[in-house]
Amino acid sequence: MSSPIGHVAHHAPQGFIRRYIFSLDHKVIGIQYYFLALFSVFLGMALSVLMRFHMVYPDAKVAFFEKLWPTGAAGGIMTPELYLSLMTMHGTIMVFFVLTTAPQSGFGNYFLPIQIGAEDMAFPVLNMLSFWTTFLALVVMVAAFFVQGGAPIAGWTAYPPLSAIGPLAGPGEGLGQSLWVISIAIFCGASLMGAINFIATTIDLRARGMSMMRLPLTCWSWFVTAILGLLGFAVLLAAGVLLLLDRMAGTSFFLPAGLMVNDRILNHSGGSPLLWQHLFWFFGHPEVYIAILPGMGVASQLLSTFCRKPIFGYRAMVYAILGIGFLGFFVWGHHMFMSGMNPYSAMAFSVLTMAIGVPSAIKTFNWIGTLWGGSIRFTTAMLFALGFVSLFVTGGISGIFLGQPALDLYFHDTYFVVGHFHMIMGVAAIFGMFGATFYWFPKMFGRMMNETLGKIHFYLTFVGVYAIFTPMHSLGIAGNPRRYPDFTNLEFMNHLMPVHTFMTWAAIITAASQIIFVVNLFWSMKKGAKAPVNPWESTTLEWTIPSPPPFDNFAGKHPVVHHGPYEYSVPGAAKDYIMQTDPPGVPAH
Amino acid sequence: MLLALIVWVLTAIICYIFIGHYWWFPPPISQHGLDYDRQFNSTLWVTGIIFFLAQAALGWVIFRYRDRGGVARYSHGNNTLEVVWTSATAVLFIGLVLTGTRIWAAVHFAEPPADAMKIEVAAKQFAWAFRYPGADGKFGRLDIKQINDAAGNPFGIDEKDPAGKDDITSASIKVPAGKPIVLILRSRDVIHNFFVRELRLKQDTVPGMEIPFHFTADKPGIYEVACSELCGLGHHQMRSTLEVMPPADFEKWLRDQAAQK
Repeated sequence: MSSPIGHVAHHAPQGFIRRYIFSLDHKVIGIQYYFLALFSVFLGMALSVLMRFHMVYPDAKVAFFEKLWPTGAAGGIMTPELYLSLMTMHGTIMVFFVLTTAPQSGFGNYFLPIQIGAEDMAFPVLNMLSFWTTFLALVVMVAAFFVQGGAPIAGWTAYPPLSAIGPLAGPGEGLGQSLWVISIAIFCGASLMGAINFIATTIDLRARGMSMMRLPLTCWSWFVTAILGLLGFAVLLAAGVLLLLDRMAGTSFFLPAGLMVNDRILNHSGGSPLLWQHLFWFFGHPEVYIAILPGMGVASQLLSTFCRKPIFGYRAMVYAILGIGFLGFFVWGHHMFMSGMNPYSAMAFSVLTMAIGVPSAIKTFNWIGTLWGGSIRFTTAMLFALGFVSLFVTGGISGIFLGQPALDLYFHDTYFVVGHFHMIMGVAAIFGMFGATFYWFPKMFGRMMNETLGKIHFYLTFVGVYAIFTPMHSLGIAGNPRRYPDFTNLEFMNHLMPVHTFMTWAAIITAASQIIFVVNLFWSMKKGAKAPVNPWESTTLEWTIPSPPPFDNFAGKHPVVHHGPYEYSVPGAAKDYIMQTDPPGVPAH
Repeated sequence: MLLALIVWVLTAIICYIFIGHYWWFPPPISQHGLDYDRQFNSTLWVTGIIFFLAQAALGWVIFRYRDRGGVARYSHGNNTLEVVWTSATAVLFIGLVLTGTRIWAAVHFAEPPADAMKIEVAAKQFAWAFRYPGADGKFGRLDIKQINDAAGNPFGIDEKDPAGKDDITSASIKVPAGKPIVLILRSRDVIHNFFVRELRLKQDTVPGMEIPFHFTADKPGIYEVACSELCGLGHHQMRSTLEVMPPADFEKWLRDQAAQK
């Protein structure tokens, strides 16, 4: 299992462009992905704050809005179609360019090769291509804001016919929607390249002694996520091409006969709007796990490290990751209970959906089992890992309602759904990224982050996200429909508006407190205390090499692994942790 | 320490809000609604208890096992525990789905009674229209070319078909209390969704498909219909009302509509 490319020590290229721009080094590419995601998450968050503001103050005149969107906010008042385009772009940017990009392509790229003892990814050129392709996808996506008609209004799920019939369906459905589809198709290509690379790297480049059952759980989650990406993005790519053909070449894959839009009869026939939904969610549901699995891996790594205990039930954790990855492909229909698909199939999808709740519950139990009897060090990284567990429980539990077609008869497309997926796929995953940032920053940049700023940021964010997203469940129970620019038209919404106002202000405060994180990040890069090789007394391979690591990671040496990844507090050992590369003599599992 | 306290306080607040029913369902107006609420409540109890125990336990381990200079217990887990909690959650989660199956079956598998009243629903950006067959009990043929919203023909009822002469169209839906209703849902442009909170029911309307959907509303009153599938820039304005009327009032309304034609 030694590296096929690792017989000579590699030297870093000297030119700036080859070193930092078109770099083949997985570490540089990982950091590039991280900053792409960081830019995207702030863009996505800014959009969400504008949305929250508009929902509560739909008639407010803000001169600044008119500067940003001369037509969409003429006179400083946001139009409903502008709201919908912000919503579409918020969802798209967050799902694709943040949740898919940072945990997998960012941290995975940087740490998968190091944690398995390799000096780079299996295909460095492919790796560089996948980053720059992702970058191109982001540029095309953001360009949709600046074209005639503005960004699309069909939501991140882009259901046809709305997304397929062009400007007739509404503003943003012209060039904006086409750019959206093109960007997604490019992104799919990038993700496929990344997925192949991750899979090959995990299978082929593990150091001697690094058996699959000695892989850190982070590596397991990146590996399974890559498989999900390979199978999921391939289908989304096909769907995207078909949608583009419907839009531009007059085909009818998703468009049935007898359409009349805006008093015009359209000449389509034979297509099915449900076909898109099947293809989209065949990707879309695994996508949820693409976003959250790496967070679960990071949480496991951090909980074990900072409570100085082996992970509770390592094998069960691995099987749970595999179980989630496998079942993740058989539950897409639970997004379509109300779609008009055969109601009998809802039964199968719902039982499988509940089944996928089981490995998720196993993970939660095992995390608490890991902490039980531990000796917890409350670093900022650990706080985020603990916060992740709390959010994962809260966000997961509402899935038990939504997975039942009977209860979905009311909850489908209400704020209950919005609360559910933001809790679990949004903020839980983002807490995983925050934890990963605080944990790995010393290795990536050679300096420590500021713990005081880190903790203030953690507590504000933790309370903040609960304040924003739990009330959404109550609103859902009261019947609040989603994707509404404002609620002035429904009488039953009147008594719910104070809840919306509360959430809007909670969102504004929580968003503002993210500035603390950015300040901490950039300040620590320049001024943070110098990081030692292993500041957290962790056991995995990245903590055996300098911070930051040299170009080829292990300086031409080939590490040999003798221990499992989480040997903490081993009785009889000299220290309270045994590195994976420590000699086999010391007592071990 | 602080985190344990915050986790407990947040858990307490969430439980308080859900037990206190501060923002809640409107009262149901049908047998299905009552069944629905029962299923919701049992799910709420099961998940609520899991939620409370998991968060309380998380707070507890954070508080109890903070670093106090001691040594952590060396353990790789416990297979018996793994098997127990795996089977327990599997039984609980799948059990919940199975108990809810009856409700889904009543809505989607059961045939509506033979005497059910048929009403057609046509959705478009951004309005609802409803059609009653009139005195002959027959819906007239439809022709997309004859759709004319301004002239009061949102369905495109073919004027050459005598069965359509007495068809009644309305921008809001009115039904007699206690009478089984079958809706035939259609859309002419994009996907919409027919949702009435008090009925505890919703269903997408999909262009190119005809989706039948039945319910029986028992309690007279006026209830809002809110479009619940993103349909474009006027999605939030696509509102109508469902009026459940005492049967005699409904008959009178139908007669008045017919007389106006």
